[in-house]
Amino acid sequence: MELYELTIHELQEKLKRREVCAREILDSVFYRIGAVEEKIHAYISLMRETAYMQAEEADRHLSAGEGTEIMGIPIALKDILCTKGFPTTCGSRILENFIPPYDATVVEKLKAAGAVFVGKANMDEFAMGSSTETSYFGITRNPWNLERIPGGSSGGSAAAVAAHECIAALGSDTGGSIRQPAALCGVVGLKPTYGRVSRFGLIAFASSLDQIGPITKDVEDCAILMKYIAGYDPKESTSVPEPVPDYRQFLRRDIKGWKIGVPREYFIEGIDPEVERVVKGAISLLEREGAEVVEISLPHTPYCVATYYIIAPAEASSNLARYDGVKYGFRSPDGKDLLEMYKKTRSQGFGDEVKRRIIIGTYVLSAGYYEAYYKKASQVRALIRRDFDEAFSRVDVILTPTTPTAAFRLGEKRDDPIQMYLSDIFTISANLAGIPGISVPGGFTADGLPVGIQFLANHFQEGKLIQAASALEQLLISDKRRPSE
Amino acid sequence: MKITEKEVIYVAHLARLELTEEEVGKFTTQLNDILLYMEKLNQVNTENVEPMSHAITLSNAFRDDCVEESLHHTLSLSNAPDAHGDFFRVPRVID
Repeated sequence: MELYELTIHELQEKLKRREVCAREILDSVFYRIGAVEEKIHAYISLMRETAYMQAEEADRHLSAGEGTEIMGIPIALKDILCTKGFPTTCGSRILENFIPPYDATVVEKLKAAGAVFVGKANMDEFAMGSSTETSYFGITRNPWNLERIPGGSSGGSAAAVAAHECIAALGSDTGGSIRQPAALCGVVGLKPTYGRVSRFGLIAFASSLDQIGPITKDVEDCAILMKYIAGYDPKESTSVPEPVPDYRQFLRRDIKGWKIGVPREYFIEGIDPEVERVVKGAISLLEREGAEVVEISLPHTPYCVATYYIIAPAEASSNLARYDGVKYGFRSPDGKDLLEMYKKTRSQGFGDEVKRRIIIGTYVLSAGYYEAYYKKASQVRALIRRDFDEAFSRVDVILTPTTPTAAFRLGEKRDDPIQMYLSDIFTISANLAGIPGISVPGGFTADGLPVGIQFLANHFQEGKLIQAASALEQLLISDKRRPSE
Repeated sequence: MKITEKEVIYVAHLARLELTEEEVGKFTTQLNDILLYMEKLNQVNTENVEPMSHAITLSNAFRDDCVEESLHHTLSLSNAPDAHGDFFRVPRVID
Protein backbone atom coordinates (compact mmCIF):
# COMPACT_ATOMS: atom_id res chain seq x y z
CA MET A 1 0.00 0.00 0.00
CA GLU A 2 1.22 3.45 -0.88
CA LEU A 3 0.86 6.14 1.78
CA TYR A 4 -1.54 8.14 -0.40
CA GLU A 5 -3.98 5.24 -0.34
CA LEU A 6 -4.38 5.30 3.43
CA THR A 7 -6.99 6.98 5.59
CA ILE A 8 -6.54 9.68 8.21
CA HIS A 9 -6.76 7.20 11.08
CA GLU A 10 -4.33 4.76 9.45
CA LEU A 11 -1.82 7.53 8.82
CA GLN A 12 -2.31 8.94 12.29
CA GLU A 13 -1.29 5.56 13.74
CA LYS A 14 1.82 5.52 11.57
CA LEU A 15 2.68 9.08 12.51
CA LYS A 16 2.20 8.34 16.19
CA ARG A 17 4.46 5.32 15.99
CA ARG A 18 6.92 7.51 14.03
CA GLU A 19 6.91 5.00 11.17
CA VAL A 20 6.47 7.85 8.72
CA CYS A 21 6.71 11.60 8.85
CA ALA A 22 4.27 14.17 7.48
CA ARG A 23 6.74 15.10 4.76
CA GLU A 24 6.79 11.57 3.39
CA ILE A 25 3.00 11.45 3.34
CA LEU A 26 2.91 14.72 1.43
CA ASP A 27 5.58 13.45 -1.01
CA SER A 28 3.39 10.43 -1.64
CA VAL A 29 0.27 12.53 -2.25
CA PHE A 30 2.09 14.87 -4.64
CA TYR A 31 3.56 11.85 -6.41
CA ARG A 32 0.01 10.57 -6.90
CA ILE A 33 -1.15 13.99 -8.11
CA GLY A 34 1.71 13.97 -10.64
CA ALA A 35 0.49 10.59 -11.91
CA VAL A 36 -3.25 11.18 -12.27
CA GLU A 37 -4.14 14.88 -12.04
CA GLU A 38 -3.71 15.41 -15.77
CA LYS A 39 -6.57 12.96 -16.37
CA ILE A 40 -8.82 13.84 -13.42
CA HIS A 41 -8.32 17.59 -12.99
CA ALA A 42 -9.58 17.61 -9.40
CA TYR A 43 -7.78 20.82 -8.50
CA ILE A 44 -8.00 24.44 -9.57
CA SER A 45 -4.70 25.19 -7.86
CA LEU A 46 -2.11 23.35 -5.80
CA MET A 47 -0.61 24.74 -2.60
CA ARG A 48 2.67 22.85 -2.85
CA GLU A 49 4.91 25.47 -1.25
CA THR A 50 2.81 26.17 1.85
CA ALA A 51 1.92 22.47 2.11
CA TYR A 52 5.57 21.54 2.59
CA MET A 53 5.97 24.28 5.18
CA GLN A 54 2.92 22.93 7.02
CA ALA A 55 4.22 19.36 6.80
CA GLU A 56 7.57 20.38 8.26
CA GLU A 57 5.82 22.29 11.03
CA ALA A 58 3.67 19.20 11.72
CA ASP A 59 6.80 17.03 11.87
CA ARG A 60 8.34 19.40 14.42
CA HIS A 61 5.23 19.07 16.61
CA LEU A 62 5.07 15.31 16.13
CA SER A 63 8.70 14.82 17.12
CA ALA A 64 8.04 16.91 20.22
CA GLY A 65 5.32 14.41 21.07
CA GLU A 66 2.51 16.84 20.31
CA GLY A 67 -0.17 15.78 17.92
CA THR A 68 -3.80 15.86 16.96
CA GLU A 69 -5.75 13.31 14.95
CA ILE A 70 -5.17 15.35 11.79
CA MET A 71 -1.65 16.63 12.38
CA GLY A 72 0.32 16.28 9.15
CA ILE A 73 -2.64 14.96 7.13
CA PRO A 74 -2.91 16.27 3.53
CA ILE A 75 -6.37 17.75 2.98
CA ALA A 76 -7.97 19.33 -0.10
CA LEU A 77 -10.20 22.39 0.26
CA LYS A 78 -13.05 23.16 -2.08
CA ASP A 79 -12.18 26.44 -3.77
CA ILE A 80 -15.19 28.10 -2.17
CA LEU A 81 -13.36 28.31 1.18
CA CYS A 82 -11.31 31.44 1.76
CA THR A 83 -7.61 30.82 2.26
CA LYS A 84 -5.61 33.79 3.49
CA GLY A 85 -3.05 34.90 0.92
CA PHE A 86 -3.95 32.15 -1.54
CA PRO A 87 -6.29 32.56 -4.55
CA THR A 88 -9.90 31.50 -3.96
CA THR A 89 -11.91 31.48 -7.16
CA CYS A 90 -15.21 29.75 -6.41
CA GLY A 91 -14.82 28.26 -9.89
CA SER A 92 -15.59 31.64 -11.44
CA ARG A 93 -13.85 34.07 -13.73
CA ILE A 94 -15.19 36.89 -11.58
CA LEU A 95 -12.97 35.76 -8.68
CA GLU A 96 -10.06 34.55 -10.79
CA ASN A 97 -7.59 36.89 -9.09
CA PHE A 98 -9.20 37.10 -5.67
CA ILE A 99 -6.79 36.60 -2.77
CA PRO A 100 -8.70 36.49 0.52
CA PRO A 101 -7.28 38.60 3.33
CA TYR A 102 -8.51 36.05 5.90
CA ASP A 103 -9.07 32.33 6.40
CA ALA A 104 -12.49 30.71 6.61
CA THR A 105 -13.12 29.56 10.18
CA VAL A 106 -12.93 25.88 9.15
CA VAL A 107 -9.58 26.54 7.45
CA GLU A 108 -8.31 28.28 10.56
CA LYS A 109 -9.45 25.38 12.73
CA LEU A 110 -7.82 22.72 10.56
CA LYS A 111 -4.66 24.81 10.37
CA ALA A 112 -4.56 25.14 14.16
CA ALA A 113 -4.82 21.35 14.42
CA GLY A 114 -1.83 20.90 12.11
CA ALA A 115 -3.53 19.80 8.88
CA VAL A 116 -1.64 20.22 5.60
CA PHE A 117 -3.50 21.85 2.69
CA VAL A 118 -2.76 20.23 -0.65
CA GLY A 119 -4.75 22.54 -2.89
CA LYS A 120 -8.04 24.12 -3.86
CA ALA A 121 -10.46 21.65 -5.39
CA ASN A 122 -12.49 22.25 -8.53
CA MET A 123 -16.21 22.97 -8.31
CA ASP A 124 -19.20 24.18 -10.24
CA GLU A 125 -19.12 27.96 -10.54
CA PHE A 126 -20.37 29.41 -7.24
CA ALA A 127 -21.38 25.83 -6.33
CA MET A 128 -24.24 26.02 -8.86
CA GLY A 129 -24.33 22.67 -10.56
CA SER A 130 -24.40 18.94 -10.04
CA SER A 131 -21.57 17.85 -12.33
CA THR A 132 -18.61 20.27 -11.92
CA GLU A 133 -19.08 21.11 -15.60
CA THR A 134 -19.86 24.79 -14.94
CA SER A 135 -16.40 25.55 -13.52
CA TYR A 136 -14.62 28.35 -15.38
CA PHE A 137 -11.42 26.34 -14.93
CA GLY A 138 -12.50 23.24 -16.83
CA ILE A 139 -14.23 19.99 -16.00
CA THR A 140 -13.26 17.28 -13.51
CA ARG A 141 -13.55 13.61 -14.51
CA ASN A 142 -14.83 10.75 -12.39
CA PRO A 143 -11.93 8.51 -11.26
CA TRP A 144 -14.14 5.42 -11.74
CA ASN A 145 -14.83 6.24 -15.37
CA LEU A 146 -13.19 9.17 -17.12
CA GLU A 147 -16.15 9.68 -19.47
CA ARG A 148 -18.44 10.34 -16.52
CA ILE A 149 -19.03 13.39 -14.34
CA PRO A 150 -17.79 13.28 -10.73
CA GLY A 151 -20.97 14.95 -9.50
CA GLY A 152 -21.07 18.42 -8.10
CA SER A 153 -20.74 20.97 -6.99
CA SER A 154 -17.92 19.58 -4.77
CA GLY A 155 -16.82 17.32 -7.66
CA GLY A 156 -13.15 18.24 -7.33
CA SER A 157 -13.09 17.40 -3.62
CA ALA A 158 -14.83 14.03 -4.12
CA ALA A 159 -12.70 13.10 -7.14
CA ALA A 160 -9.50 14.07 -5.29
CA VAL A 161 -10.44 11.78 -2.38
CA ALA A 162 -11.49 8.91 -4.67
CA ALA A 163 -8.34 9.20 -6.81
CA HIS A 164 -6.13 9.46 -3.69
CA GLU A 165 -4.94 12.94 -4.65
CA CYS A 166 -5.46 13.90 -1.00
CA ILE A 167 -6.30 11.96 2.16
CA ALA A 168 -9.55 13.82 2.85
CA ALA A 169 -11.32 16.96 1.71
CA LEU A 170 -13.80 19.63 2.65
CA GLY A 171 -16.76 20.45 0.46
CA SER A 172 -19.91 22.49 0.82
CA ASP A 173 -23.51 21.39 0.36
CA THR A 174 -26.43 23.66 -0.54
CA GLY A 175 -28.68 21.06 -2.20
CA GLY A 176 -26.55 17.92 -2.18
CA SER A 177 -23.15 19.24 -3.27
CA ILE A 178 -21.24 17.08 -0.77
CA ARG A 179 -23.42 13.95 -0.73
CA GLN A 180 -24.11 13.66 -4.47
CA PRO A 181 -20.45 13.79 -5.64
CA ALA A 182 -19.42 11.57 -2.69
CA ALA A 183 -21.99 9.00 -3.87
CA LEU A 184 -20.93 9.20 -7.51
CA CYS A 185 -17.23 8.92 -6.63
CA GLY A 186 -17.67 6.10 -4.11
CA VAL A 187 -16.57 8.00 -1.00
CA VAL A 188 -18.18 9.26 2.22
CA GLY A 189 -19.66 12.76 2.42
CA LEU A 190 -21.51 14.43 5.27
CA LYS A 191 -23.64 17.56 5.26
CA PRO A 192 -23.96 18.68 8.87
CA THR A 193 -27.02 20.25 10.48
CA TYR A 194 -27.49 23.87 9.45
CA GLY A 195 -25.57 25.87 12.06
CA ARG A 196 -23.31 22.98 13.14
CA VAL A 197 -20.29 24.28 11.20
CA SER A 198 -19.40 27.95 10.83
CA ARG A 199 -19.94 29.37 7.36
CA PHE A 200 -17.56 32.28 7.98
CA GLY A 201 -15.26 32.49 4.96
CA LEU A 202 -17.43 30.16 2.88
CA ILE A 203 -18.32 32.15 -0.23
CA ALA A 204 -22.10 32.47 0.00
CA PHE A 205 -24.46 30.82 -2.47
CA ALA A 206 -27.77 30.38 -0.59
CA SER A 207 -27.18 31.38 3.00
CA SER A 208 -30.14 29.56 4.58
CA LEU A 209 -29.05 26.27 2.98
CA ASP A 210 -25.22 26.27 2.76
CA GLN A 211 -23.17 24.02 5.03
CA ILE A 212 -19.53 22.91 4.98
CA GLY A 213 -18.71 19.24 5.56
CA PRO A 214 -16.13 16.49 5.13
CA ILE A 215 -15.58 14.18 2.14
CA THR A 216 -13.49 11.18 3.20
CA LYS A 217 -12.41 7.65 2.33
CA ASP A 218 -14.30 6.09 5.21
CA VAL A 219 -16.78 6.88 7.98
CA GLU A 220 -14.11 7.01 10.68
CA ASP A 221 -12.28 9.80 8.84
CA CYS A 222 -15.57 11.62 8.49
CA ALA A 223 -16.11 11.40 12.26
CA ILE A 224 -12.59 12.69 12.85
CA LEU A 225 -12.90 15.72 10.55
CA MET A 226 -16.32 16.63 11.93
CA LYS A 227 -14.86 17.03 15.39
CA TYR A 228 -12.37 19.58 14.10
CA ILE A 229 -14.68 21.69 11.97
CA ALA A 230 -17.89 21.75 14.04
CA GLY A 231 -18.76 24.27 16.71
CA TYR A 232 -19.95 27.74 17.49
CA ASP A 233 -18.18 30.69 15.91
CA PRO A 234 -18.76 34.23 17.20
CA LYS A 235 -18.06 35.46 13.65
CA GLU A 236 -21.03 33.52 12.26
CA SER A 237 -24.37 34.45 13.75
CA THR A 238 -26.22 31.36 12.49
CA SER A 239 -23.73 28.93 13.98
CA VAL A 240 -25.26 27.19 16.97
CA PRO A 241 -23.66 26.94 20.42
CA GLU A 242 -24.33 23.20 20.84
CA PRO A 243 -21.53 21.12 22.36
CA VAL A 244 -19.52 19.07 19.83
CA PRO A 245 -19.25 15.38 20.74
CA ASP A 246 -16.31 13.19 19.81
CA TYR A 247 -17.99 11.56 16.82
CA ARG A 248 -15.62 8.61 16.95
CA GLN A 249 -17.61 7.21 19.86
CA PHE A 250 -20.40 6.38 17.38
CA LEU A 251 -18.21 4.12 15.23
CA ARG A 252 -18.64 0.35 15.13
CA ARG A 253 -21.58 0.33 17.53
CA ASP A 254 -24.47 -1.91 16.71
CA ILE A 255 -27.82 -0.67 15.51
CA LYS A 256 -29.95 -3.45 16.90
CA GLY A 257 -33.45 -2.26 17.59
CA TRP A 258 -32.98 0.93 15.59
CA LYS A 259 -35.92 2.05 13.55
CA ILE A 260 -34.84 2.91 10.01
CA GLY A 261 -37.41 4.78 7.96
CA VAL A 262 -37.61 4.22 4.23
CA PRO A 263 -39.73 6.89 2.53
CA ARG A 264 -41.97 5.39 -0.12
CA GLU A 265 -41.81 8.62 -2.17
CA TYR A 266 -38.10 8.05 -2.84
CA PHE A 267 -38.63 4.92 -4.90
CA ILE A 268 -40.18 6.68 -7.81
CA GLU A 269 -40.21 6.48 -11.53
CA GLY A 270 -36.84 7.61 -12.84
CA ILE A 271 -34.79 5.81 -10.23
CA ASP A 272 -32.30 3.54 -11.94
CA PRO A 273 -33.11 -0.15 -11.29
CA GLU A 274 -29.43 -0.75 -10.53
CA VAL A 275 -29.51 1.94 -7.84
CA GLU A 276 -32.70 0.49 -6.45
CA ARG A 277 -31.11 -2.97 -6.30
CA VAL A 278 -28.12 -1.64 -4.30
CA VAL A 279 -30.34 0.31 -1.91
CA LYS A 280 -32.63 -2.67 -1.30
CA GLY A 281 -29.53 -4.77 -0.68
CA ALA A 282 -28.33 -2.32 1.97
CA ILE A 283 -31.76 -2.33 3.59
CA SER A 284 -31.82 -6.10 3.95
CA LEU A 285 -28.27 -6.15 5.33
CA LEU A 286 -29.28 -3.68 8.04
CA GLU A 287 -32.41 -5.67 8.78
CA ARG A 288 -30.32 -8.78 9.26
CA GLU A 289 -28.26 -6.80 11.77
CA GLY A 290 -31.36 -6.29 13.87
CA ALA A 291 -32.58 -2.92 12.67
CA GLU A 292 -36.28 -2.55 12.13
CA VAL A 293 -37.09 -1.13 8.72
CA VAL A 294 -40.30 0.87 8.57
CA GLU A 295 -41.96 2.36 5.54
CA ILE A 296 -42.62 6.04 6.11
CA SER A 297 -44.10 8.84 4.07
CA LEU A 298 -42.60 12.25 3.32
CA PRO A 299 -45.60 13.46 1.34
CA HIS A 300 -44.07 16.75 0.14
CA THR A 301 -41.09 15.06 -1.52
CA PRO A 302 -42.39 15.71 -5.07
CA TYR A 303 -42.22 19.47 -4.37
CA CYS A 304 -38.64 19.65 -3.05
CA VAL A 305 -36.91 20.42 -6.34
CA ALA A 306 -39.33 23.20 -7.30
CA THR A 307 -39.12 24.69 -3.80
CA TYR A 308 -35.35 24.57 -3.81
CA TYR A 309 -34.99 26.09 -7.28
CA ILE A 310 -36.97 29.11 -6.11
CA ILE A 311 -35.35 29.61 -2.72
CA ALA A 312 -31.73 28.92 -3.67
CA PRO A 313 -31.66 31.23 -6.74
CA ALA A 314 -33.52 33.92 -4.78
CA GLU A 315 -30.85 33.92 -2.09
CA ALA A 316 -28.10 33.61 -4.70
CA SER A 317 -29.32 36.60 -6.68
CA SER A 318 -29.01 38.66 -3.53
CA ASN A 319 -25.66 37.18 -2.41
CA LEU A 320 -24.08 37.60 -5.83
CA ALA A 321 -25.03 41.27 -6.07
CA ARG A 322 -21.73 41.98 -4.34
CA TYR A 323 -19.73 41.10 -7.47
CA ASP A 324 -19.75 44.54 -9.02
CA GLY A 325 -16.15 45.01 -10.13
CA VAL A 326 -15.51 47.60 -7.42
CA LYS A 327 -14.24 45.99 -4.23
CA TYR A 328 -12.56 42.81 -5.45
CA GLY A 329 -12.49 40.38 -8.33
CA PHE A 330 -12.70 40.91 -12.04
CA ARG A 331 -13.63 44.28 -13.57
CA SER A 332 -14.38 44.57 -17.26
CA PRO A 333 -12.32 47.34 -18.85
CA ASP A 334 -15.14 48.01 -21.35
CA GLY A 335 -17.58 50.01 -19.23
CA LYS A 336 -17.71 53.72 -20.02
CA ASP A 337 -19.91 54.66 -17.09
CA LEU A 338 -20.75 52.98 -13.78
CA LEU A 339 -23.87 51.14 -14.96
CA GLU A 340 -22.13 49.83 -18.03
CA MET A 341 -19.13 48.79 -15.93
CA TYR A 342 -21.41 46.76 -13.63
CA LYS A 343 -23.17 45.09 -16.51
CA LYS A 344 -20.07 44.25 -18.53
CA THR A 345 -18.21 43.03 -15.46
CA ARG A 346 -21.02 40.71 -14.39
CA SER A 347 -21.85 39.52 -17.91
CA GLN A 348 -18.24 38.68 -18.70
CA GLY A 349 -17.42 37.43 -15.20
CA PHE A 350 -20.29 34.97 -14.66
CA GLY A 351 -20.99 31.81 -16.64
CA ASP A 352 -24.33 30.63 -18.01
CA GLU A 353 -25.67 28.68 -15.03
CA VAL A 354 -24.90 31.52 -12.64
CA LYS A 355 -26.60 34.05 -14.92
CA ARG A 356 -29.60 31.76 -15.27
CA ARG A 357 -29.99 31.48 -11.51
CA ILE A 358 -29.47 35.19 -10.90
CA ILE A 359 -32.24 35.92 -13.40
CA ILE A 360 -34.60 33.32 -11.87
CA GLY A 361 -33.82 34.63 -8.39
CA THR A 362 -34.38 38.24 -9.36
CA TYR A 363 -37.62 37.29 -11.11
CA VAL A 364 -39.13 35.30 -8.21
CA LEU A 365 -38.30 38.10 -5.78
CA SER A 366 -39.64 40.90 -7.95
CA ALA A 367 -42.81 42.80 -7.19
CA GLY A 368 -45.84 40.96 -8.47
CA TYR A 369 -44.19 37.54 -8.41
CA TYR A 370 -42.91 37.40 -4.84
CA GLU A 371 -46.11 35.96 -3.39
CA ALA A 372 -46.62 33.42 -6.16
CA TYR A 373 -43.08 32.08 -6.04
CA TYR A 374 -40.87 32.99 -3.10
CA LYS A 375 -43.55 33.14 -0.43
CA LYS A 376 -45.23 30.00 -1.75
CA ALA A 377 -41.90 28.14 -1.78
CA SER A 378 -41.13 29.27 1.79
CA GLN A 379 -44.50 27.87 2.89
CA VAL A 380 -43.93 24.55 1.14
CA ARG A 381 -40.50 24.52 2.78
CA ALA A 382 -42.22 24.65 6.17
CA LEU A 383 -44.35 21.66 5.16
CA ILE A 384 -41.27 19.73 4.02
CA ARG A 385 -39.70 20.34 7.40
CA ARG A 386 -42.92 19.23 9.10
CA ASP A 387 -42.77 15.94 7.16
CA PHE A 388 -39.35 15.27 8.69
CA ASP A 389 -40.44 16.29 12.21
CA GLU A 390 -43.20 13.73 11.99
CA ALA A 391 -40.93 11.04 10.55
CA PHE A 392 -38.30 11.50 13.24
CA SER A 393 -40.87 11.09 15.96
CA ARG A 394 -41.15 7.50 14.70
CA VAL A 395 -37.68 6.54 13.41
CA ASP A 396 -34.01 7.01 14.35
CA VAL A 397 -32.74 7.61 10.84
CA ILE A 398 -34.11 7.68 7.32
CA LEU A 399 -32.45 5.66 4.56
CA THR A 400 -32.68 6.69 0.89
CA PRO A 401 -30.62 6.44 -2.27
CA THR A 402 -28.31 9.48 -2.45
CA THR A 403 -28.96 9.90 -6.17
CA PRO A 404 -31.49 8.48 -8.64
CA THR A 405 -28.74 7.23 -10.99
CA ALA A 406 -25.02 6.52 -10.87
CA ALA A 407 -22.61 9.05 -12.47
CA PHE A 408 -23.97 10.24 -15.80
CA ARG A 409 -21.93 10.97 -18.92
CA LEU A 410 -20.03 14.22 -19.38
CA GLY A 411 -22.22 16.65 -21.32
CA GLU A 412 -25.34 14.50 -20.93
CA LYS A 413 -27.35 17.07 -18.97
CA ARG A 414 -25.31 20.21 -19.57
CA ASP A 415 -27.92 21.93 -21.73
CA ASP A 416 -30.98 20.71 -19.87
CA PRO A 417 -31.21 22.60 -16.57
CA ILE A 418 -34.28 20.74 -15.28
CA GLN A 419 -32.77 17.29 -15.86
CA MET A 420 -29.63 18.51 -14.09
CA TYR A 421 -31.70 19.89 -11.19
CA LEU A 422 -33.56 16.57 -10.85
CA SER A 423 -30.30 14.75 -10.14
CA ASP A 424 -30.45 16.42 -6.68
CA ILE A 425 -33.96 15.15 -6.00
CA PHE A 426 -33.01 13.01 -2.96
CA THR A 427 -30.54 15.39 -1.35
CA ILE A 428 -32.30 18.76 -1.54
CA SER A 429 -34.86 18.11 1.21
CA ALA A 430 -32.19 17.89 3.92
CA ASN A 431 -30.99 21.40 3.10
CA LEU A 432 -34.51 22.79 3.06
CA ALA A 433 -35.24 21.20 6.46
CA GLY A 434 -31.77 21.98 7.84
CA ILE A 435 -31.18 18.39 8.91
CA PRO A 436 -27.89 16.48 8.53
CA GLY A 437 -27.30 13.81 5.88
CA ILE A 438 -24.50 11.43 5.03
CA SER A 439 -23.75 9.49 1.86
CA VAL A 440 -21.84 6.24 2.27
CA PRO A 441 -20.82 3.79 -0.47
CA GLY A 442 -23.46 1.08 -0.82
CA GLY A 443 -22.26 -0.98 -3.76
CA PHE A 444 -21.89 -0.83 -7.53
CA THR A 445 -23.97 -0.89 -10.67
CA ALA A 446 -23.42 -3.67 -13.19
CA ASP A 447 -21.12 -1.22 -15.05
CA GLY A 448 -18.97 -0.88 -11.95
CA LEU A 449 -20.06 2.63 -11.00
CA PRO A 450 -20.43 3.42 -7.29
CA VAL A 451 -23.86 3.90 -5.72
CA GLY A 452 -24.37 5.91 -2.53
CA ILE A 453 -26.72 5.24 0.38
CA GLN A 454 -27.98 8.32 2.18
CA PHE A 455 -28.93 8.45 5.85
CA LEU A 456 -30.81 11.44 7.21
CA ALA A 457 -31.28 12.25 10.90
CA ASN A 458 -32.91 14.95 12.97
CA HIS A 459 -31.16 18.25 13.77
CA PHE A 460 -27.80 17.80 15.55
CA GLN A 461 -28.00 14.00 15.31
CA GLU A 462 -24.79 13.63 13.28
CA GLY A 463 -23.80 10.92 15.79
CA LYS A 464 -26.67 8.76 14.60
CA LEU A 465 -25.59 9.25 10.99
CA ILE A 466 -22.05 8.18 11.83
CA GLN A 467 -23.37 5.15 13.71
CA ALA A 468 -25.70 4.02 10.90
CA ALA A 469 -23.13 4.70 8.15
CA SER A 470 -20.39 2.96 10.11
CA ALA A 471 -22.63 -0.09 10.64
CA LEU A 472 -23.39 -0.32 6.92
CA GLU A 473 -19.73 0.19 6.04
CA GLN A 474 -18.74 -2.72 8.29
CA LEU A 475 -21.31 -4.94 6.59
CA LEU A 476 -20.02 -4.06 3.13
CA ILE A 477 -16.33 -4.24 3.90
CA SER A 478 -15.83 -7.33 1.71
CA ASP A 479 -16.37 -5.30 -1.49
CA LYS A 480 -13.33 -3.03 -1.38
CA ARG A 481 -13.18 -2.09 -5.03
CA ARG A 482 -10.98 0.78 -6.13
CA PRO A 483 -11.38 3.25 -8.96
CA SER A 484 -9.63 2.54 -12.24
CA GLU A 485 -7.77 5.88 -12.05
CA MET B 1 -45.55 31.74 -22.06
CA LYS B 2 -44.69 32.48 -18.43
CA ILE B 3 -41.97 34.95 -19.28
CA THR B 4 -41.31 36.86 -22.51
CA GLU B 5 -38.00 37.89 -24.05
CA LYS B 6 -38.74 41.46 -23.06
CA GLU B 7 -39.19 40.46 -19.43
CA VAL B 8 -35.99 38.42 -19.45
CA ILE B 9 -34.08 41.47 -20.72
CA TYR B 10 -35.71 43.66 -18.07
CA VAL B 11 -35.02 41.24 -15.18
CA ALA B 12 -31.44 40.84 -16.42
CA HIS B 13 -31.12 44.62 -16.36
CA LEU B 14 -32.37 44.69 -12.75
CA ALA B 15 -29.66 42.15 -11.92
CA ARG B 16 -27.12 44.22 -13.84
CA LEU B 17 -26.59 41.61 -16.52
CA GLU B 18 -26.36 42.29 -20.23
CA LEU B 19 -27.41 39.39 -22.45
CA THR B 20 -26.52 38.69 -26.06
CA GLU B 21 -29.38 38.06 -28.47
CA GLU B 22 -28.55 34.37 -28.42
CA GLU B 23 -28.60 34.29 -24.60
CA VAL B 24 -31.97 36.05 -24.51
CA GLY B 25 -33.46 33.38 -26.75
CA LYS B 26 -31.91 30.48 -24.87
CA PHE B 27 -32.69 31.82 -21.39
CA THR B 28 -36.28 32.68 -22.30
CA THR B 29 -36.93 29.10 -23.40
CA GLN B 30 -35.16 27.62 -20.38
CA LEU B 31 -36.77 30.00 -17.87
CA ASN B 32 -40.18 29.18 -19.28
CA ASP B 33 -39.51 25.48 -18.76
CA ILE B 34 -38.26 26.11 -15.23
CA LEU B 35 -41.18 28.38 -14.26
CA LEU B 36 -43.60 25.87 -15.74
CA TYR B 37 -42.03 23.15 -13.61
CA MET B 38 -42.49 25.36 -10.53
CA GLU B 39 -46.24 25.51 -11.20
CA LYS B 40 -46.25 22.19 -9.35
CA LEU B 41 -46.24 24.09 -6.09
CA ASN B 42 -49.77 25.31 -6.77
CA GLN B 43 -50.96 21.76 -6.06
CA VAL B 44 -49.96 22.25 -2.41
CA ASN B 45 -52.43 23.77 -0.01
CA THR B 46 -50.47 26.31 2.03
CA GLU B 47 -53.34 28.11 3.64
CA ASN B 48 -52.35 29.30 7.13
CA VAL B 49 -48.81 27.93 6.76
CA GLU B 50 -46.22 30.29 8.17
CA PRO B 51 -43.38 30.75 5.59
CA MET B 52 -40.07 29.30 6.75
CA SER B 53 -36.94 31.32 6.14
CA HIS B 54 -34.47 29.51 8.39
CA ALA B 55 -33.86 25.91 9.28
CA ILE B 56 -32.99 26.46 12.92
CA THR B 57 -34.88 28.64 15.36
CA LEU B 58 -32.47 31.36 16.30
CA SER B 59 -32.61 34.27 18.65
CA ASN B 60 -30.59 37.37 17.93
CA ALA B 61 -26.86 36.88 18.12
CA PHE B 62 -25.39 39.65 20.22
CA ARG B 63 -21.87 40.16 21.42
CA ASP B 64 -20.43 42.44 24.05
CA ASP B 65 -20.14 46.01 22.88
CA CYS B 66 -16.38 46.23 22.87
CA VAL B 67 -13.89 47.22 20.23
CA GLU B 68 -12.20 44.35 18.44
CA GLU B 69 -9.61 44.34 15.74
CA SER B 70 -11.07 44.38 12.24
CA LEU B 71 -9.61 44.02 8.78
CA HIS B 72 -7.05 46.75 8.11
CA HIS B 73 -8.13 49.07 5.31
CA THR B 74 -5.03 48.42 3.21
CA LEU B 75 -5.98 44.74 3.25
CA SER B 76 -9.57 45.61 2.44
CA LEU B 77 -8.34 47.48 -0.60
CA SER B 78 -5.79 44.87 -1.61
CA ASN B 79 -8.13 43.10 -4.05
CA ALA B 80 -9.67 46.20 -5.59
CA PRO B 81 -9.37 46.33 -9.39
CA ASP B 82 -8.75 50.08 -9.13
CA ALA B 83 -7.76 51.33 -5.68
CA HIS B 84 -6.72 54.94 -5.39
CA GLY B 85 -5.23 56.01 -2.09
CA ASP B 86 -7.75 55.00 0.55
CA PHE B 87 -10.57 54.69 -1.97
CA PHE B 88 -12.15 52.35 -4.49
CA ARG B 89 -12.17 54.18 -7.82
CA VAL B 90 -15.05 53.67 -10.26
CA PRO B 91 -15.94 55.12 -13.67
CA ARG B 92 -17.55 58.55 -13.72
CA VAL B 93 -21.01 58.61 -12.12
CA ILE B 94 -22.00 62.27 -12.63
CA ASP B 95 -21.52 64.15 -15.89
